[in-house]
Amino acid sequence: MTIAVEVNELTKSFGSLVAADRVSFVIEQGEIFGLLGPNGAGKTTTLSMLSTILEPTSGSASVMGIDIRKDQDGVRKAIGIVFQDQSLDEELTAWENMDFHGRLYRIPKEVREQRTEELLKLVELYDRRNDIVKTFSGGMRRRLEIARGLLHHPQVLFLDEPTLGLDPQTRNLLWKYIETLAKEKNITIILTTHYMEEADRLCNRIAIIDHGKIIAMDTPARLKDTIGGDVVTIRSPDTAKIPATLPVPWVKRQETREGEVILTLENAEQHLSEIVTRLNAEHIEITSISVHKPTLEDVFLSYTGKTIREEDVSRKDAMRMHFRMMRH
Amino acid sequence: MDIVYTIWLRSMKRYIRSRSRIVGSIAMPLFLLVFLGFGLNSVVSTASLGQDYVMFLVPGMVAMSVLFTSVFSGIQIIWDKQFGFLKETLVAPVSRLEIMFGQTVGGASTAVFQGIILMVFAVFIGLRITSPLNFLIALGFMILVGIAFTAFGIAVASRMEDMTGFQLIMNFVVFPLFGLSGALFPISSLPAWLEPITLIDPLTYGVEGIRYGLTGVSPINPLVCLAVVAGFAAAMTYIGAYLFRKVSV
Repeated sequence: MTIAVEVNELTKSFGSLVAADRVSFVIEQGEIFGLLGPNGAGKTTTLSMLSTILEPTSGSASVMGIDIRKDQDGVRKAIGIVFQDQSLDEELTAWENMDFHGRLYRIPKEVREQRTEELLKLVELYDRRNDIVKTFSGGMRRRLEIARGLLHHPQVLFLDEPTLGLDPQTRNLLWKYIETLAKEKNITIILTTHYMEEADRLCNRIAIIDHGKIIAMDTPARLKDTIGGDVVTIRSPDTAKIPATLPVPWVKRQETREGEVILTLENAEQHLSEIVTRLNAEHIEITSISVHKPTLEDVFLSYTGKTIREEDVSRKDAMRMHFRMMRH
Repeated sequence: MDIVYTIWLRSMKRYIRSRSRIVGSIAMPLFLLVFLGFGLNSVVSTASLGQDYVMFLVPGMVAMSVLFTSVFSGIQIIWDKQFGFLKETLVAPVSRLEIMFGQTVGGASTAVFQGIILMVFAVFIGLRITSPLNFLIALGFMILVGIAFTAFGIAVASRMEDMTGFQLIMNFVVFPLFGLSGALFPISSLPAWLEPITLIDPLTYGVEGIRYGLTGVSPINPLVCLAVVAGFAAAMTYIGAYLFRKVSV
């Protein structure tokens, strides 16, 4: 196996804020690797450093064996990027956006035209090639950006929140494209996301990142295995009393959160009636009770004590405050 | 060179497609030319000018359309920053210098086209260009003014986060440069204490250079004009390239 990306203790700080804190990982060629975490966790910062947009504060990294500090142009030629925010020229047509990109990467005319046609067909935009991008929907723009990112045949493709703000149907469609790409073109893909289902479905391996640090890294299946069983969520008005009523050995872990208690146990279905009986005996009201197989959300919760959504809200505010301070 | 051409090509495509912008930015100098020109023609003493006031105004208005279009073209990098397109160019394996030159050449071309459109209108109200050489002289000065002020716009845009500062630059830098340049009135008609200020204004030399081309006469030696405008364009390009190198997205 060839190593596509190697990251070693990569750190980036903005003043007192450490956006990426000694991040290390190795990605093999052909892998789809996910950086999963809430907004502001350091995913985009890590990606920006790998794509030579941001200078690291310390640490080292290489893409296809090329050092990101020593040979920036070399790295840029080897990678394709789809940014979190749109980066198309809205006044140009789909074809012209592709053409501009091809010229920037100095791809000869014939190759450029042939690849543009092929890629626009792949993302099903060939019929709209002569339309101004301004008239495109969010999903079409994303597809065009992915096609553009592939035009110069990159060996590594960076996708920063590829399905952010898209409707579920379009998201599904994009996931299919990404899967097809990885299979057919055998390129290495690094994607960042804060959608659990996305990471779960697409990635061979996931690094969970929070507050700039990687807190867990493995395949989705093995990450979920660390939870050790099924997850039972009990919603109730008096959650505080629940832990005392369940001092049984088969409950591996329990966590009380606002309005709910989350239990981890194996073969939850068999124990459900006993849980209900015990709670009824203590006259604890149950609003609802549900059982599910562990998801990455549960994994995130078990590592950070928070759901990714809660993290998002508080983090956004913190970021806003931070940037306001930086401006003044 | 191919990268400079690529970025120039994009500017041209955007320019040709934005008809409202073409019309919008030609309207102001054209209206000024017609209203001020014909309105003041009989009031202004022609003795000090040696020609009609309308014809005196033509080079000034050509310079004006080049000036405003080029500053605006340069500052448009802010849009690219905000709409994200700048990232696309910055992560490509090309140098910042090539990108900056491409933007400069593109902006200057746009500005020169705008100037030529105004010149064509001026022909309808009586402008007579005596020889092709004269036209080329005027064109040369327009190109230099276009390059200088596109580069100026890029320099400003490299330091700005959004378009809010744009009005400030327009009102406190670009408009005074224009007002003091002798585009609207002969430098000699100003009070003696103001004259040195107009001579510091680099645009003065641009306007007078264009005037020399279009009318054959100019109060400042055209070679002096050329030296000053070319020097200014070189300096602005250098500053623009320097500041653009530090742009982060």
